Amino acid sequence: MLDAKNGVVRFDRHAAIAGIGQTEFAKNMGRSELDLACEAVRSACADAGFDPREIDGVASFHIEQIDEIDLAFALGFERLRFMGRTPSGGGGAASVVGLAAMAVATGAARAVVAFRARNRSKTAAYGADPNQGGRPWEKAGTTLSGYQQWHHPFGVAAPAQEMALIARRHMHVFGTRAEQFGMQAVAQRAHAATNPNAIMRTPITLDDWASSRVIADPIRLFDCSLENDGAVAVLVTTRARAADLAQPLVEVLAHGQCDGPIHTDLARFFAHTALFGERVNGAAAMSPDLFGVADIAPSDVDVAMIFDHFTMAVPLSLEQYGFCEIGAGGPFIESGATHWPDGALPVNTHGGSNGEAFVHGLNHIPEAVRQLRGTAVNQVEGARHAFVCGSITDPSGALLLRGHR
Amino acid sequence: MTQFPAKVPIPVGSGDSAEFWSWLRSGELRLQRCDACKVVRHPPQPTCASCGSTERTWVRASGRGEVWSSTTIFPPVLPEFADAAPYQALVVHLEEGVFMVTQPAPGLELTIGEAVEVVVHVVNDDVALPLVRRSPTAAS
Ligand SMILES: [Zn+2]
Repeated sequence: MLDAKNGVVRFDRHAAIAGIGQTEFAKNMGRSELDLACEAVRSACADAGFDPREIDGVASFHIEQIDEIDLAFALGFERLRFMGRTPSGGGGAASVVGLAAMAVATGAARAVVAFRARNRSKTAAYGADPNQGGRPWEKAGTTLSGYQQWHHPFGVAAPAQEMALIARRHMHVFGTRAEQFGMQAVAQRAHAATNPNAIMRTPITLDDWASSRVIADPIRLFDCSLENDGAVAVLVTTRARAADLAQPLVEVLAHGQCDGPIHTDLARFFAHTALFGERVNGAAAMSPDLFGVADIAPSDVDVAMIFDHFTMAVPLSLEQYGFCEIGAGGPFIESGATHWPDGALPVNTHGGSNGEAFVHGLNHIPEAVRQLRGTAVNQVEGARHAFVCGSITDPSGALLLRGHR
Repeated sequence: MTQFPAKVPIPVGSGDSAEFWSWLRSGELRLQRCDACKVVRHPPQPTCASCGSTERTWVRASGRGEVWSSTTIFPPVLPEFADAAPYQALVVHLEEGVFMVTQPAPGLELTIGEAVEVVVHVVNDDVALPLVRRSPTAAS
């Protein structure tokens, strides 16, 4: 029965991912976001064998530049019934698909496309939105009245600098080592090396990581996500409809959103976060219900796609979602667990945001789907269950998916 | 370690936060305290999340705290900090129970766990910032 427990939705055969699509990922592609979005959505529909004009719902990130109605006109949607957005940038990496799944499961729409289109080229700043065309801090101005007033006067402005302060505290409390973040960087770059869609196709060693420049201690260049253009789309429909379409069924088992403080407000972040084991909220509070509703355990997950604006997000997410103890994320990575093919829980097998591309994490969902269809380049043998989560340093959410092949 | 920049993005604030910065310009770190339940909050906001009261007073902060986290920033990204890089940025936990992002006072380098006290650093006529220095009583 379609229901929910403590806010986590049990989809019970009501929602499935029918199609996945993406553009090329590259720097300075010279194409508008709308151009990229249309290609990704058409590609997802072609993958599913679905007429894009039948799409009647759009789920997107709050930072998305493409209005729902512009996408609808561009692709000829006959009737738009559902429009929804997720907050907090990469916090929506899983939840944008969760939102689409809720829409089809409740009948709010029949076929919803979740998408993200990005053009970060400084030479092509489309619109005044601070999240597009160049970097947010370049548009903050010299007088501050918003959230930047608590960081910028002290020289803290870029996400890497905020994340460094979070990572350093984790290292202090738990003994996590920067090299353990580096090991995740190395694993993801190894995954990217065999992925024809990846921007970074040359693998790196831990020595390469250690000699990459420090951005904000302990974060090095090779820990950072890429700056690139590109778009991703995911077509979500009912399980019954998906079963009639072209691809093996990938069922949405469960989705939950969770609160949790945002890294752009570090004063409140440190007052409220559960990352350091002093309290249980956000993802850590939601996780037992996520797995409970799906009726699987973290140990049943075959492959995980974790939002990785910086590699330090991987161990922190693994801890908060119960794949290891709080504080044990560093040793978990050092054990090789996240590295395909030998790891017990390969993470970001397409290369993630430092290897394949940065599309606010939405490129992680097609990879989860390929794993569950059995078509990934770095295929986890017999993968049946995939976990996907949004940013662990933002209000966020997570999905559990099951493949049927 | 270089000096603190002579010019930074100016925090003018809005509503409650404007008052925070104006107290600093007059030389004091003050924090908002709820009149009803006495909970101190930061950043400032118009209502108390603990009890719902909108009555609040700006109380003088002890200024005492502990370095909660630290980073050394290399590419500065903000042009005002270009000449200062690499420089240290901190999160400090104040005795009142609140956190804030800050920097060590000019010339200092601090580590996590150190006891610190706030010094109001006058950047220029427009801005005074609560930076921190090693607490003089910490050695005892
Ligand atoms: Zn109160």
